[in-house]
Amino acid sequence: MSPYEAILLTIITASTPLLLAAIGELVVERSGVLNLGIEGMMVMGAVCGFAAAHVSGSAWLGVIAAIVAGIAMSLLFGLLTQTLITNQVATGLSITLLGLGLSGLIGSGFVGLPGVQLANVSIPWLSDLPYVGRLIFGQDPLVYISIALTVAVAYVLSRTRIGLIIRAVGQSHDSAHALGYRVVAVRYACIAFGGATSGLAGAYLSLVYTPQWIENMTAGRGWIALALVVFSTWLPGRLAAGAYLFGGVWILGLYAQAMGMGIPSQLLSSLPYVVTIVALVIISTNRRLSVINTPASLGQGFVPDR
Amino acid sequence: MPNKSNNHASLALLQVTEITKKFGDFYANDSINLSIKAGKVHALLGENGAGKSTLVKMMYGALQPSSGSIHWQGKDVSIASPAHARELGIGMVFQHFSLFEALTVAENISLALPVELRQGDLSQRIADLSKDYGLPLNPSALVADLSVGERQRIEIVRCLLQQPKLLIMDEPTAVLTPQEAKALFATLRRLVEEGCAVLYISHRLEEVKQICHDATILRHGKLVAEVDPQKETAATLAQLMVGSSVHQVSRQANDQVGDILLQLCHLNQKASTPFGVDLVDLQLQVKAGEILAVAGVAGNGQGELFAAISGEELSPDQTSIIMFGENCNTLTINQRRCLGAAFVPEERMGHGAVEHLTLTDNILLSRHACNDTNAPLNRGWIGIDRSQLDQLNQTIGLDYDVRKSKEDAVAGSLSGGNLQKFVVGRELNRQPKILVINQPTWGVDAGAAALIRQAVIDLSRQGSAILIISQDLDEIFELADTIAVMSRGQLSPIYPASELSREEIGLMMAGSHEQSTLASGA
Repeated sequence: MSPYEAILLTIITASTPLLLAAIGELVVERSGVLNLGIEGMMVMGAVCGFAAAHVSGSAWLGVIAAIVAGIAMSLLFGLLTQTLITNQVATGLSITLLGLGLSGLIGSGFVGLPGVQLANVSIPWLSDLPYVGRLIFGQDPLVYISIALTVAVAYVLSRTRIGLIIRAVGQSHDSAHALGYRVVAVRYACIAFGGATSGLAGAYLSLVYTPQWIENMTAGRGWIALALVVFSTWLPGRLAAGAYLFGGVWILGLYAQAMGMGIPSQLLSSLPYVVTIVALVIISTNRRLSVINTPASLGQGFVPDR
Repeated sequence: MPNKSNNHASLALLQVTEITKKFGDFYANDSINLSIKAGKVHALLGENGAGKSTLVKMMYGALQPSSGSIHWQGKDVSIASPAHARELGIGMVFQHFSLFEALTVAENISLALPVELRQGDLSQRIADLSKDYGLPLNPSALVADLSVGERQRIEIVRCLLQQPKLLIMDEPTAVLTPQEAKALFATLRRLVEEGCAVLYISHRLEEVKQICHDATILRHGKLVAEVDPQKETAATLAQLMVGSSVHQVSRQANDQVGDILLQLCHLNQKASTPFGVDLVDLQLQVKAGEILAVAGVAGNGQGELFAAISGEELSPDQTSIIMFGENCNTLTINQRRCLGAAFVPEERMGHGAVEHLTLTDNILLSRHACNDTNAPLNRGWIGIDRSQLDQLNQTIGLDYDVRKSKEDAVAGSLSGGNLQKFVVGRELNRQPKILVINQPTWGVDAGAAALIRQAVIDLSRQGSAILIISQDLDEIFELADTIAVMSRGQLSPIYPASELSREEIGLMMAGSHEQSTLASGA
């Protein structure tokens, strides 16, 4: 493998968990819910995925366990914010704190144990193509899933009736309710989807990226995903671009550091944030477009007046 | 005629019997009976808070009655949800549209239709039907870009696509120009000829006399009369609604017009929000002792105009807003207040007053910096003179008949009309030399409206310059000495009120005065 291939490969693996977590949160926010618990759901996905894979020996069982854990955490968030109408910001933060603490507890027996790695898919012939073969046709399955999810979310939101209902609920829950749509049910479904992709993002970390369990191994990726959603102005295409840009600059920074280019490491490690923010701010200068896509009832609890 | 001689002709389409709705201990509706017949326009009249909306929401399934029954086409039904109501054939056009600003016309309509009606080319059907009924609509336009009148068309077209047997309209003309209202009446007449029934909620009595066949009048949640509007006069209807005769606003001719106190010179201002309206080259003058009314359909820049004059939005150039001969573009709201100006915004709750604060605290908020008529409210550097505030609150309460549960109640506990009287009273109590007031009696009952209008007239006759922004033509003709019309951020020349007819104002509301500017600007 040539060095440029290696760099591109690491960029893809660094970007995929961001994309997975962010695409779910995008759907959640489009329905008008602000879930700040991504980090907590991710880390729970990571530990449950690792534990299930280690115990059963099957990486795929780990993936399923991670999704279930993510959904469970998100449903707890849903119960609190949608049924009991708690403050979404405070609840999201506590889900993150709960997830970090609980995952440490669950994972305490798994620290340092060998993990199970999710095998790469390699498509015969195509993956042997020079230069691009390994990159495009020889990735782990979650990379393909993340890209498929992004395309699917973009299609569903803009072209289908389900997407229209989700956008309507996020725009004005009162109007949607007046038309007879079940606002809370739609939001629960979106929250659960967000939980599933966050769990999947966690599984990516503990089953693909570094197949082992380390406490707090999400290392703030949930927050980056959250920022990507906002800066992408809730558009899936921009979100994917932002995720890969962030991952790209991050990895290039690491390589630059390793090669000893004499740039202060603090500058390099802050670079992905700066570049991503600048890029997304530039592409979202069309304020009209951003306002149209911004869910107007984001973060507000819905209580029907009857 | 739609009434054919079959068995159903004599039966009511919708029959409401002894229906009651309680919220806690409060009876919003108390044993109401109502019967609507096919092929008729039935008026539902009443003051704000009389229980019209509650009654209609129960017919539309948005609320469930506490007791009583509803019969639809002779069958006892319980209307569980708006979707159920639509299935039965009941359509409703809301006063506050339940539209999604960021979605297109077609998307908005599609959301409200049952599955079988969404099939095929919905956009084409919307375009055809809206044209057919004289309510043209572009299906792919974004709702945020449409005028209020066009937004109402969406609601109507959305109802019509479902071929309703009963169409409920809540204050439909409140947001329309006289010409748009005329077009709407033509549509309603055609619907009725086709056999549809219309329940028409309004407090504009002339309209009711014009198009309605029956009328039911509510007051304080109770049914007070069922009348034939053709046989009543507007005055007798008003008396039934209010329960007593409404105090007439009296207005003397203004013989002593003084100097120009408030002036706009070529005010240009870009909108600060994407869906806002740019103000284009606005010019006006208001003299001492004069009331200038700015007419226009809501959403044509009135909010932006108010924000610019009050100083909520500072204008970039230096010389466009002049008060008392002084440039005040760079002055803040309080600095403008200290010059002798006062401002009453459109939304009383959240803009004119803070919901969870007491009335005295709300007085303090707008008057702490410049309490010109009374002793200062401030005591020392940071103290507040509470006794002064209490006294002020009491005076305002008495002078402006603010009815409240206790002397220093929380603003949110006042009814809309009383809160408006409080907000207006708070500003008028200062005897400002310039008053700018946006929609002074919007959503206020007739008694409170008369009191507010009289207070405004009295202030002007004492030599203050008053600028009223309103979309209520009755109010404008009652108050104004001079009139200008606003449309799409532009202002017509100022005319004496006596020289303008409603039709002329209506044409200007629709933009007839803009043409020259548009042609040269394009």
